[in-house]
Amino acid sequence: MMKQKHRKKEPLFRISKNGFVPLYKAWAIRIGALLLALVVCAFIIYSITKLNPLKVYGTMFQGAFGTNKRMWVTIRDTMMLLCIGLGLAPAFKMRFWNIGAEGQVLVGGIASAACMIYLRGKMSATAVLPIMFVCSMLAGAIWGFIPGYFKAKYGTNETLFTLMMNYIAIQLTSYFVALWENPYGSNTVGIINSRDKFGWFPPIFGQMYGLNVIIVLVLVVLIYVYLNYTKQGFEISVVGDSENTARYCGIDVKRVIIRTMIISGAICGIAGFLAVAGAGHTISVSTAGGRGFTTIIVAWMAKFNSFVMVLFSSLLVFLEKGAMEIASRYQLSDYVSNMIIGIILFFILGSEFFINFKVRLRQRFTKDKSQ
Amino acid sequence: MRKEPYLEQNVAIRMVDITKRFADVVANNKINLEIRFGEILALLGENGSGKTTLMNMLSGIYMQDSGAIYVKGERITIKDPHDAYSLHIGMIHQHFKLVEVLTAAENIILGLNETRLIDLKNVREQVKKICDRYGFVVDPDKKVYDMSVSEKQTLEIVKVLYRGADILILDEPTAVLTPQETDKLFVVMRNMKADGKSIVIITHKLHEVMEISDRVAVLRKGEYIGDVLTSQTDPQKLTDMMVGRSVTLNIDRPEPVNPKESLVVKNLGVKDINGVKKLENVSFTAYTGEILGIAGISGCGQKELLEAIAGLHKLEPGSSIMFYPRGNKEEGEDLAGQSPIDIKHKGVHLAFVPEDRLGMGLVGNMNIPDNIMLKCYDQGKSPFTNKKKPRQQAIEIIHDLEIVTPGLRTPIRRLSGGNVQKILVGREISSDPYLLMTAYAVRGLDINTSYTIYRLLNEQKKKGTAVIYVGEDLDVLLELCDRILVLCSGRVSGIVDGRTAKKEEVGLLMTHFKEETA
Amino acid sequence: MNQFISLFQASIVFGTVILFGAVGEILTEKSGNLNLGVPGIMYLGSIASLIGVFYYERYVENPIPIVCILIALVCAIIASMLGGLLFSFMTITLRCNQNVMGLAFNIFAGGFANFYGGSLNKLAGGVGQINVLATSAAFRTKIPSYQSLGPFGHLFLSYGFLVYLAIFLAFAISWFLTRTTVGLNLRSVGENPATADAAGINVTKYKYVSTCVGAAISGLGGLYYVMDYMKGTWDSDGSIEGLGWLAVALVIFASWKAPRAIWGSYLFGMLSWAYFYIPELTRSSQEIFKMLPYIVTVLVLIVVAYQHKPDNQPPNALGLPYFREDR
Repeated sequence: MMKQKHRKKEPLFRISKNGFVPLYKAWAIRIGALLLALVVCAFIIYSITKLNPLKVYGTMFQGAFGTNKRMWVTIRDTMMLLCIGLGLAPAFKMRFWNIGAEGQVLVGGIASAACMIYLRGKMSATAVLPIMFVCSMLAGAIWGFIPGYFKAKYGTNETLFTLMMNYIAIQLTSYFVALWENPYGSNTVGIINSRDKFGWFPPIFGQMYGLNVIIVLVLVVLIYVYLNYTKQGFEISVVGDSENTARYCGIDVKRVIIRTMIISGAICGIAGFLAVAGAGHTISVSTAGGRGFTTIIVAWMAKFNSFVMVLFSSLLVFLEKGAMEIASRYQLSDYVSNMIIGIILFFILGSEFFINFKVRLRQRFTKDKSQ
Repeated sequence: MRKEPYLEQNVAIRMVDITKRFADVVANNKINLEIRFGEILALLGENGSGKTTLMNMLSGIYMQDSGAIYVKGERITIKDPHDAYSLHIGMIHQHFKLVEVLTAAENIILGLNETRLIDLKNVREQVKKICDRYGFVVDPDKKVYDMSVSEKQTLEIVKVLYRGADILILDEPTAVLTPQETDKLFVVMRNMKADGKSIVIITHKLHEVMEISDRVAVLRKGEYIGDVLTSQTDPQKLTDMMVGRSVTLNIDRPEPVNPKESLVVKNLGVKDINGVKKLENVSFTAYTGEILGIAGISGCGQKELLEAIAGLHKLEPGSSIMFYPRGNKEEGEDLAGQSPIDIKHKGVHLAFVPEDRLGMGLVGNMNIPDNIMLKCYDQGKSPFTNKKKPRQQAIEIIHDLEIVTPGLRTPIRRLSGGNVQKILVGREISSDPYLLMTAYAVRGLDINTSYTIYRLLNEQKKKGTAVIYVGEDLDVLLELCDRILVLCSGRVSGIVDGRTAKKEEVGLLMTHFKEETA
Repeated sequence: MNQFISLFQASIVFGTVILFGAVGEILTEKSGNLNLGVPGIMYLGSIASLIGVFYYERYVENPIPIVCILIALVCAIIASMLGGLLFSFMTITLRCNQNVMGLAFNIFAGGFANFYGGSLNKLAGGVGQINVLATSAAFRTKIPSYQSLGPFGHLFLSYGFLVYLAIFLAFAISWFLTRTTVGLNLRSVGENPATADAAGINVTKYKYVSTCVGAAISGLGGLYYVMDYMKGTWDSDGSIEGLGWLAVALVIFASWKAPRAIWGSYLFGMLSWAYFYIPELTRSSQEIFKMLPYIVTVLVLIVVAYQHKPDNQPPNALGLPYFREDR
């Protein structure tokens, strides 16, 4: 039926699974990929700007850390990214694809903004912050609970569910923006309470973003401890690895899913609180600004380890700020930073392959003596 | 001295010095094997001896790391299944390679691309021709998910024949069949042989080897031991070749001491998600200090029975599972309708070694202490886990059961199957259970580990634990268990005494030849 | 009546964008590859076609409509196929997680498209200024004298050819998947790659080709978006991204059956524009109405999961990488 001559060649590449890879080697591969990515980006930057790429990277460094203020903005944005990543970690460790961080951040932000607007004059500026904190957390928790509930109850596809929740949150934000519009006709909320700074984070040690850093670093430790040393964290790992095992050893899988999504959403809600009260002092559909998606990659690459997440989110924000500096210095569009980040992500994601698999080139075949 | 391959007229396939590694494990080490025209070759070996791996290199699933393959004297490279088919080699895998949502006919023409459009009429005709020639029955329009196991296997064979295979490899084809179905399969195999086809049957069942094969090749732990003509050997010699030393299945069987009713199951019924009855009207009693064996063809409800007792299934109304810890009538608990959490919280010391070790009993990505912790992580009021005790326990289990592991922190999926099973059994026993249930506890384990497991079960028995042992090897069941309950299609077809019952008797019960006794 | 006609027309225009996206994604997902990068693919398709015809219209005195169309099509298809190729390489060859790769791809492609879109805007003299008039007009050429057929003409014949191409593609893909042997092989790859592999099907090749061709079809959605929906202008507000995600949702809505995606997409279009045709909505309550398509998708997700019909399930191996020697 099928007659054909046989090629006597092996395929060019042979791939096999790697056994145990020592940690240092794995990190060497990752860092190698990052460097390679920077080289590729250098070429792209060169082809667009015709500038010495090394100089451009110097510019990037300046953009991120050049002045005290810039450095603090970099830190603030890192904290924001990190906070969302911390929120995603429990969900993803449970293998729950929560790509709805964007929406959870937004509803948290709406809650904060609402407090700032409606509670003004009704209480002291210090008392309102804890209330805002709790409200944002609750709002995020509700946004996490809904997809979690339906996943636990009916096995609904969580990826798309959480995604749709993003868009519902975006429309909700638009609704409130229209409601709170200031000045009229601008289609923005403007800076809320710009005069008395009611509901704004107070400067700590003279630093405007000091409180952001404190809140997020506390969360880093909390989440690390929660995932690694508590019973609930243990349950999350078991459910994530095998629901059957979880059921077998008496874990209430549904409860764990719902509980974890509430926690996940609540922390993302806190990120919304940071964004509104601690950074932008306004609310708009771009308050989350795509970070909900970027952080998934951060959390994924860090294997949900909070401390490694600090590293990755710093790296991403550094690249973003640096690339934006290049853009403004050389009159390019801001979007060039997304392009560069995308390329770097490709390299880092791709590098995992070389950790998990061994690649061997075709071996020289002994010439067919048998013929 | 080895002859030049191309000089041998009657050799269909010759494999020379084949080596294959998986990560750190050598699955096949310098194996030489020949398959001749028109013979039935049995490839014999224990589980994990590398039989399937070797054959997968002929079917194009794997590629050898070194060594050469000659087909009809010509050196060839089989880089994928497509190459295998064009060399007229076809393999029927143990886990069927069928697409569930497609029909039989669609599965048969998968990947062939003989016509642009799907021409079912032509396929039906050809399938009928093949069926008539060798004595199969296949409905080309039936969806695979509606088929029984033996129908699926038949479909696999037809599929391979449709592709013009004249060298057929069957991987453990009888594992899932009833004796009657096995007989039918053997008839078909003889028909194919008469038609000039070469057949390789992978198996570890000696009586089948003796019945069907012309020649036997034996593998042991990835090494080629040798080959003999079936007519010149006997089961004892083959066992010696297969396990390396002569083995008498001398399993200890202490007399039960003061047996008391421990688990009384009445009218147990279970349906799966699709509403198909998996267990019906199952009633039996397990006593303290005895091992109750459960026998049956695979998929007859053994798994569901143990899972139902452990609280993992919804029971049909009327089911009752009374449990008397240590046979104490006053502390009786009805486990029916209880979830695993309820059972755990009631303090019922129930230990369960499930069939799917890494998918249910353990977590592959966790290390040994964390896996030990699975069962007891929620003890105490503190919100934090206590890692000290499981760690200590892990060290004890590793020591007691001689578990080979690079360290405490190694994820257990990196360990061998035997070590994984020892961890699981070790953990379950360490909870001092009143009831110990094991499903296929020795599947895939080497002989030494198997004996360790038997020893552990007997220790529990002597302690007065009620032990339930679901097994597939009748010889073991008959030497280990005090009584044997036989399941057939989800019903109890009989309960026999392990000391007096004959193998044939159990075999008949498994296929329901005797009228129900329960 | 006029209101209804205009709502209907708006729905079809909106629906066509996501129909292309969904039909392409159905083809991709049938091979077991879950490409969440559809928004990115649509970004690439739209910007590439825009760049292509922008330069053509700029340097040619009298652009010929058919050449405009060809240039736009070729650019969109090539760019989105390259995107699909990148995605395939990362997920099939390097076995990255498909979800993560899809998201990273969206970041990259969004940046890429908006970067060049911004540059084009600057070249053309401001946002909303890149009018590739000739091309947009060519794409919006309607069937002559459709008006003479009354409401029927207005409802069904008043669109550019891409609308009909999208419908045609939906049926063609469905026919291909169910009637041809290659389609059968493709389905088996998505259901059970190990089986397909053992049957001699080149799993890698099938996944690559279906992902790239799927991307090309999704990319046409981007082309249609920029040429017809946006009438030949570029706006970096990210609305194409939202449409791309709706296309992914539509695949589930249609339960992996392309013909179902046709009416599904128009329904989505109708829900999206409903607010515009409901009288006496304030600006803020309009925003609430714009949630409709997303809420409906969520409801569909719940109902589909609740019913759990075997016919409506995703391909069995969707989202999983395949490595032959896995064990």
